[in-house]
Amino acid sequence: MDFTGLIVILLTSVLVNNYVLSKFLGICPFLGVSKKIDQATGMGLSVIFVMLMATAATWPIQYYILEPLKLGYMQTIVFILVIAALVQLVEMILKKYVPGLHASLGVYLPLITTNCAVLGVTINNITDGYNFIESMVSSLGCGLGFLLAMVLFSGVRMRTENCDAPKSMKGLPITLIAAAIVSLSFFGFSGVIDNLFA
Amino acid sequence: MNEILIAVLIVSGIGLVCGIILAVVSVFTEVKVDETVEKLRACLPGANCGACGYTGCDGYAKALKEGAKTNLCVPGADAVAKEIADILGVEAEDVVEQVAIVKCNGNCNATSKKYDYQGVTSCAAVKTLYGGSGACAYGCLGQGDCVNVCPHNAIRIENGVALINPDECVGCSLCAKTCPNKIIEMIPDIHRVAVRCSNKQKGADTRKVCTNGCIGCKKCELNCPTKAIKVTNNLASVDYNLCIICGKCAEVCPVKCVDWADFSGKHRQNEEK
Repeated sequence: MDFTGLIVILLTSVLVNNYVLSKFLGICPFLGVSKKIDQATGMGLSVIFVMLMATAATWPIQYYILEPLKLGYMQTIVFILVIAALVQLVEMILKKYVPGLHASLGVYLPLITTNCAVLGVTINNITDGYNFIESMVSSLGCGLGFLLAMVLFSGVRMRTENCDAPKSMKGLPITLIAAAIVSLSFFGFSGVIDNLFA
Repeated sequence: MNEILIAVLIVSGIGLVCGIILAVVSVFTEVKVDETVEKLRACLPGANCGACGYTGCDGYAKALKEGAKTNLCVPGADAVAKEIADILGVEAEDVVEQVAIVKCNGNCNATSKKYDYQGVTSCAAVKTLYGGSGACAYGCLGQGDCVNVCPHNAIRIENGVALINPDECVGCSLCAKTCPNKIIEMIPDIHRVAVRCSNKQKGADTRKVCTNGCIGCKKCELNCPTKAIKVTNNLASVDYNLCIICGKCAEVCPVKCVDWADFSGKHRQNEEK
């Protein structure tokens, strides 16, 4: 197993191909639940969890069911179906056995069901031709990247809430501008990883 | 044909497997919800209006279990308060039934427009443009945000002003929270006096923008036996705790902005029947 390759995949998906800030997937929770750092962390952690679970479930489905039957074109529908069922399953299990965690994640779990970032990760893993281990590492990286973006941005947002923005810019407009600047800053990472291990 | 059949079978098969797994797991992981909370939730109206101060009916049901007051559900009124009290085994408290009134009568005959607004039909939107399209910056914006939010269709916009039908109003206060100019007030529905103006400008300035506006002449204040109606900031306002519902203020108002009407809402009418 090429260990360096895995690290490159991890760092690439955290920093360079950050799902929120570079690919603009999962913007809804990024803007919706980034008001407080603890909520943002909760959301980020549950996204990591669901991304890993989703990849673990969809990778075998793609390669052992869809590919042999030449049903690759059904990928999106099947993945949505599986991810939705999976999140529901996780929610029920958490509710029963870890009520504390369920209470703190409760609101976010159903949100993740329809999160495009989760679907995006699973589909990108297939299109990038990763094997199972690589896919899992890539999902972990994407999840971490999502968490990083959420936490960073909730910090930025706490500042913008307190700043004296012009009246017409208060609220969502200034948040979107801040998001754009944070996203720009992540462009600084492009090219860094490839040169690091070259 | 065969390919389509396979695709349909496989996808529905995956769906079936997911469904069966979920069904089995849901049986094993069933969590019992507190029965009292469930019963309490069932007797609440379910409008999720938030008039009780909690996050919707579910939140109030939970809070009730933990000892919240039983008379906070205004839309449900006495009937719901009694049911809640029965479930919890405590004495029923009387609900103060409320009704919403619009404190503006600047209809199209009385006031004019600053400009012709042709944007989104939303009070919040029109207010951002120079404080609204009406000549009076305090009055009803007339785009019907309250109409949209009312769960009981009790509000309509008539001649440019929101009009609340007390027969349909259950006092949930959603309209009062929505109105960007805050001209909708919740009052106990035994009352009959409403000041139909929110303009705080001086009498002459008010007169310039609206002929139905309060000019702050203080005639009502002088005529009130209990000092319930007072003119502050050039605008008459009623202290409903002091008002004895005599109607003398409405008799003397020269611009007829102190309105005398029957606001008894849906609940009181039901009670009186």
